[in-house]
Amino acid sequence: MDNRQSYLELRDLSVGYAQADVLHGISMRVEEGEIIALLGANGAGKTTALTAISGLLRPRAGGIFFAGRSLHATPSHKIVEMGITHAPEGRRVFGSLSVMDNLKLGAFTLKDGKQKKKLLDWVCELFPRLRERGEQLAGTLSGGEQQMLSIGRALMSDPKILLLDEPSLGLAPMLVAAIFKSIREINDRGVTVILVEQNARAALKIADRGYVLEVGKMVLEDKAEVLLANTQVQAAYLGGAKVT
Amino acid sequence: MEELLHQLSNGLALGGIYALIALGYTMVYGILRLINFAHGDLFTLGAYLGLTLLTSFGLAGHIQAGFATALVLIFSMGLVALVGLALERVAYRPLRGSDRLCAVVSALGASIFFQNAMMLFYGARSLVYPPGILPDASIHIFGAELPLARFLMFAFSVLLMCLLYWFIHKTRLGAAIRAVAIDPNTARLMGINVDSVISLIFFIGPALGGAAGVMVGLYYGQITYDMGFGFGLKAFTAAILGGIGNIPGAMLGGILLGLIETISSAYLSIAWKDAVAFAVLILILVFRPTGLLGERVADKI
Ligand SMILES: Nc1ncnc2c1ncn2[C@@H]1O[C@H](COP(=O)(O)OP(=O)(O)OP(=O)(O)O)[C@@H](O)[C@H]1O
Ligand SMILES: [Mg+2]
Repeated sequence: MDNRQSYLELRDLSVGYAQADVLHGISMRVEEGEIIALLGANGAGKTTALTAISGLLRPRAGGIFFAGRSLHATPSHKIVEMGITHAPEGRRVFGSLSVMDNLKLGAFTLKDGKQKKKLLDWVCELFPRLRERGEQLAGTLSGGEQQMLSIGRALMSDPKILLLDEPSLGLAPMLVAAIFKSIREINDRGVTVILVEQNARAALKIADRGYVLEVGKMVLEDKAEVLLANTQVQAAYLGGAKVT
Repeated sequence: MEELLHQLSNGLALGGIYALIALGYTMVYGILRLINFAHGDLFTLGAYLGLTLLTSFGLAGHIQAGFATALVLIFSMGLVALVGLALERVAYRPLRGSDRLCAVVSALGASIFFQNAMMLFYGARSLVYPPGILPDASIHIFGAELPLARFLMFAFSVLLMCLLYWFIHKTRLGAAIRAVAIDPNTARLMGINVDSVISLIFFIGPALGGAAGVMVGLYYGQITYDMGFGFGLKAFTAAILGGIGNIPGAMLGGILLGLIETISSAYLSIAWKDAVAFAVLILILVFRPTGLLGERVADKI
């Protein structure tokens, strides 16, 4: 067995809700600077895995390790301070607050005003819409704009690892392309990304490696291009279509 | 006209007090969806602690009365806030995540505990604040001679409310409070320590309630160990009137209720004042179930 420590590691992780386990001993390794695609059908447990990493759910067995430290008893707000930030499924912007207030809340853990300013400039460069809409209430943004805000807000914490849960969900194809392009740019800035996606093809195209979850078990793990070419994956997640 | 001005100024003084207490109910509700039934008793505690500080240290005799009163107010607020923090730790935090009803029972238990403790410690008979702390000057408006104290009361409650509003809307911690009120789990993902925010709420609310307690002592003179029930019920009504969970709503509801109460007791009958207050509440809830300002569900705070 490989005992080398990865940047982020899920080790035989079991997580569940009140009645039953949803994840049954999954393992995953993420290296610094990677984009990891986490794929799986509806209900496979992708969101649950991200929620466990960000500390909103506690492992029932196994563990999560970040930079060699166990996150076993680390509360979510400390996990954000350590550098893991989660842009949750469904965007979850604070609808009754302005776009700027949402972004400021993203930087809640930061003290340094200069750093915050720099991050804000970067986020607004990445998503110019957010600056234009700064004073608007987040709830009045379009779906795509809310998604940008959700990602931008997460970036405001200056994360080392960004967890993205279905950023392309419900967006028009053009916006989907724009979001994936932004994810590449974010990664180019040195942010490690774990990307949960229904849109497996697009995700694998920008990812370094991918993992496939099936009803709470990790069934496949490989380089992104290998997964893209894998007939099993093609049949299940790429609509059986040939990779172009 | 003169009578009306009297009732209006009286109503503002009383309404400011209701508003301060109502803020405590509404903030806790906004964050935890919990009615802190012990809040009225924290208000009473403020009145007693204020009295103790005023008399046992003889502050009023030594330093300038205005300064002494301000000190007593601040200390009472701080002490009640600490008791509020402890209350949350002991009575509510262990029950978080369990059935809503458990917290309600715990709140009622805490209320009974506080009332009995105050009765044991201070006695069952009412106590009297030393007179003459508030200035007994009057001001003349449209020919009416109105006690200055009423306006001081109202001005002080408005000052506290402005401070609260500034804190909630202009500071980093205020933003955290708003975020937790809207969506606690997403607030966690921003790196906000939700437990600390809840503690903060149980610090600010009781501090405002404690201030109201001292103000009632100063203004009405008499305090009893169980007065938190009546004032608490009214303030709670005010919070619902304005839209429970909504901070400006609590301010508006409190002031309105104070005005309704004094005006109806003057023009109808003292015996009817509570009935009128509750009738107004029922009417408003029939036509606006969310209260006056409670329309934007996500914008509670
Ligand atoms: N809060 C919850 N309480 C109980 N069960 C839950 C909860 N959230 C999710 N589940 C269950 O856990 C399983 C995995 O859900 P999860 O949301 O992690 O799946 P997912 O892979 O993200 O699916 P999707 O693609 O639909 O987002 C599902 O069977 C779901 O019903
Ligand atoms: Mg999901």
